[in-house]
Amino acid sequence: MPREPILNAVRSALGRRAGQAPPPLPPARIVVPEMDLETRIERLLASVSALAGRTCRAGSREAAREYVAGVLDGRPAVASNAPFLSACGITALPQVRSGIHNREELRQICATIPVGITSADYALADPGSLVMLSGPEEARMISLLPPVHIAVVPSDRVITGLDELFSLLPNPAGISSSLVLITGPSRTADIEQILVRGVHGPGELHVVVV
Amino acid sequence: MSVQFDEKIRKTLADAKLELAVYTATGRLATGRRQTVAPEVFPQYEELRTQASAIKKHTIDNLDYYLEQLQTNVEAHGGKVVYCRDSAEVVDFVVKLAREKNAPNIVKSKSMATEELDLNEHLKEHGLEPVETDLGEFLVQLAGQRPYHIVGPSMHMTRYDVAELFTRHLGVERETDPPKQTMIARRVLREKFLKADIGISGANFLVADSGAVVLVTNEGNARLTTTLPRIHIAIAGIEKLIPRAQDLAVFLNLLSRSSTGQLLTVYTSFLSGPRRAGEIDGPDEFYVVLIDNGRTRLLPDEGKRQSLHCIRCGACLNICPVYRKIGGHSFPWIYSGPIGAIITPQFLGITHEPALPFASSLCGACSEVCPVKIDIPKILLELRAEVNQATASTTPKRLERLGFRLWSWLMRHPRIYEWAGLAANGVAPEAEPGKWLSGLPGLLNVGPAKAWASGRDLPPAPGRSFRAMWRARSRSASR
Amino acid sequence: MSKPVSLFVTCIIDQLFPKVGMAMVDVLERIGYRVDFPERQTCCGQPAFNSGFREEAAQVARHFLETFRDAEYVVIPSGSCTSMITHHYEELFANDPQSLELSRSLAPRVWEFSQFLLEVAKVEDVGARMDAVVTFHDSCHGLRELKIKEGPRRLLSHVRGLELREMDPPEECCGFGGTFAVKFAELSAAMARSKVEAIVRTGAEAVVGIDSSCLMQIQGAMSRAGVPVRAMHLAEVLAGV
Repeated sequence: MPREPILNAVRSALGRRAGQAPPPLPPARIVVPEMDLETRIERLLASVSALAGRTCRAGSREAAREYVAGVLDGRPAVASNAPFLSACGITALPQVRSGIHNREELRQICATIPVGITSADYALADPGSLVMLSGPEEARMISLLPPVHIAVVPSDRVITGLDELFSLLPNPAGISSSLVLITGPSRTADIEQILVRGVHGPGELHVVVV
Repeated sequence: MSVQFDEKIRKTLADAKLELAVYTATGRLATGRRQTVAPEVFPQYEELRTQASAIKKHTIDNLDYYLEQLQTNVEAHGGKVVYCRDSAEVVDFVVKLAREKNAPNIVKSKSMATEELDLNEHLKEHGLEPVETDLGEFLVQLAGQRPYHIVGPSMHMTRYDVAELFTRHLGVERETDPPKQTMIARRVLREKFLKADIGISGANFLVADSGAVVLVTNEGNARLTTTLPRIHIAIAGIEKLIPRAQDLAVFLNLLSRSSTGQLLTVYTSFLSGPRRAGEIDGPDEFYVVLIDNGRTRLLPDEGKRQSLHCIRCGACLNICPVYRKIGGHSFPWIYSGPIGAIITPQFLGITHEPALPFASSLCGACSEVCPVKIDIPKILLELRAEVNQATASTTPKRLERLGFRLWSWLMRHPRIYEWAGLAANGVAPEAEPGKWLSGLPGLLNVGPAKAWASGRDLPPAPGRSFRAMWRARSRSASR
Repeated sequence: MSKPVSLFVTCIIDQLFPKVGMAMVDVLERIGYRVDFPERQTCCGQPAFNSGFREEAAQVARHFLETFRDAEYVVIPSGSCTSMITHHYEELFANDPQSLELSRSLAPRVWEFSQFLLEVAKVEDVGARMDAVVTFHDSCHGLRELKIKEGPRRLLSHVRGLELREMDPPEECCGFGGTFAVKFAELSAAMARSKVEAIVRTGAEAVVGIDSSCLMQIQGAMSRAGVPVRAMHLAEVLAGV
């Protein structure tokens, strides 16, 4: 495969030599706004609602568990291995399966189960995104395959936005092979510009801040 | 212009329903953009544009360095980088890999680069049939068409078109309700996702310091494409590089606002390799295919090199009064709208469609909305001069040049110019005062006058030129 | 304040819309300027430049520079001609240092009419009156290259009896584009029709602009469609008393 011919073509077009250091880059522009926790939480919930996500501000872990139980309404669910979920007692709810580490097993479950429950590494107040790094505690499929996704997040993980995220996490690749931002439920407007939710990803999203 | 170009434009202009669909859809996207970048709402917009433009310029001006950095980091995280000069090499790579890994089932998320390569058509020749999973792309794939617009591939289709396609190709009962149609597509495509061995994606950005691919979608199909299959292949042009993960704070804030008026798309994936030890899911193998396909030909020209800064947001399409009238399928190549107009001649040759750089009123709205500040009108003007040079020996161009030589001579000889004006006024037809003419009579109805009069009335001859009036006025003033 | 200003009337106004030129003279004289008209003037070179014939454009541009080299001010009733001179002569004379120097020395003295009134004459109220409901068309070159947007509106706000209504969508190209109007005639006319629809939606009796080429395109389309709205140059409105 022609790596050298292409790189050589690039270099000669640019008048550069192999191994030549580039001039200094403009510094990265990261501007983190000042925002107290209360405002961040309010903004997060408002942003998620504006995107047609459902929100719950749980005053306690028990309250969070109750909300989740309410959403489940007897339906089965799969939960990630995030310690916060078991700390809230969510993994102990009947019909919630968790503790799965096998990819194929998890896939089978996620493909047919109606609800997926995760935590998140961060939540962005603007524009209302969940930030999830893939790892033994959080599998990717859980927030992707089931048609309903519930994310339960402790309030101290709510940050202001993208700029703060990249200032806290300048090297996501150093931590995980997958970082995903989830900003509202899945949607499309590909047919006559008519908005439809839940095309491929979950059509129903719940964000619970504890 | 070529017969095809002329025909395609004519056809679209004659199709009132299509025109309305395109005009409305693009209008909505443009309005969304305007609302989310308004100074009251997003005061940092111009600053971000300046930064984005500077970063892109730096990256492209030093592209080899960042390509090498990307490769180092992709490999450090367990992935592989493959360079391909053209479509044939990409196809070759995919076919060999599919065979070697016994991986015949392929799903695809939206990628303009793969459209550019005609990837699906070529893979089909080798018995591989990737399924497009973005709903709009799925629809155009079923219809055997090209995508209509960078962001909205099925912008031109009605629900009845979709119902037709589904009954014919999916064997389902006729359904004309878009939400229900979407659910049919979801069901069909979900099966494909779960069975797929290979997921092919594009890349909205390639991040050099991370060895990562960034994908933005609203549907979730890119996530499914890159999570479920055991092999992920990301195919992207070499110009998609940005230096640092931190630069995404600038680019992600610009991309979706410019594109659809969303603050962020629903899903933003930052993928830096196959799944690592401890990670539960994700692909086992990760390939980044970097394509040249002519990009190195655009690099030498310092003035036009900025054409490669494009982040494929589609904002220029949505604001362009020409695109909004003639739509994506009128353009000769896969990239349409203002960006298509400047890169097509550079990729495919200046004479591929010589009229293309002229199909613009040079209104400048495109460069106003471009998040990376590409000066599209300036490049169009340069391309026009280049077309004229390249086609100088053709008869129409010889005549046109002669016309302008004559014009230039006239404009440098004010007396003669004035007489020419008097003569024209003399032969101009009489008209009711203030009324405009629906055409010039008889022999005069040729060339530009005829073209103009096909859709608009002509101004009546004023009787006297300004300079004649001025002289008369000066004479009477000095008496 | 009997300073001299030189008028570059533009070929289209000279030959097709001379009354616009006269209106501009009236306004300038009314506010105390002495207007002169260098008779050797013809064109700024834009048609050839936009059509990709840079050599021919440069020849005509040099003639313009010669004609106006000693003017104190050059005032122009057109945004596109002004921006050709102040923005594009740079590209045109990139390889002609003599013309480039002359162009650079002249450019700061070259003014589009509304910008001249506001920024040089520093006049907003020229004592005009016009009892009518009008809308305003933002010509692309003026808008995007010269940043002409608020200026004409401020001038119109002082015209007694005038009501201004904005178009929606605002700022859309009328479709003239120079030779584009005849090379892509059908497309150009389609763009004009969208513009006319936006004008009609305002209910205005007249559409005002700063560029006669746009006004010609718009009036041509309105006339063809039987729309009884009048296209007027800003100078004509401001000349009205």
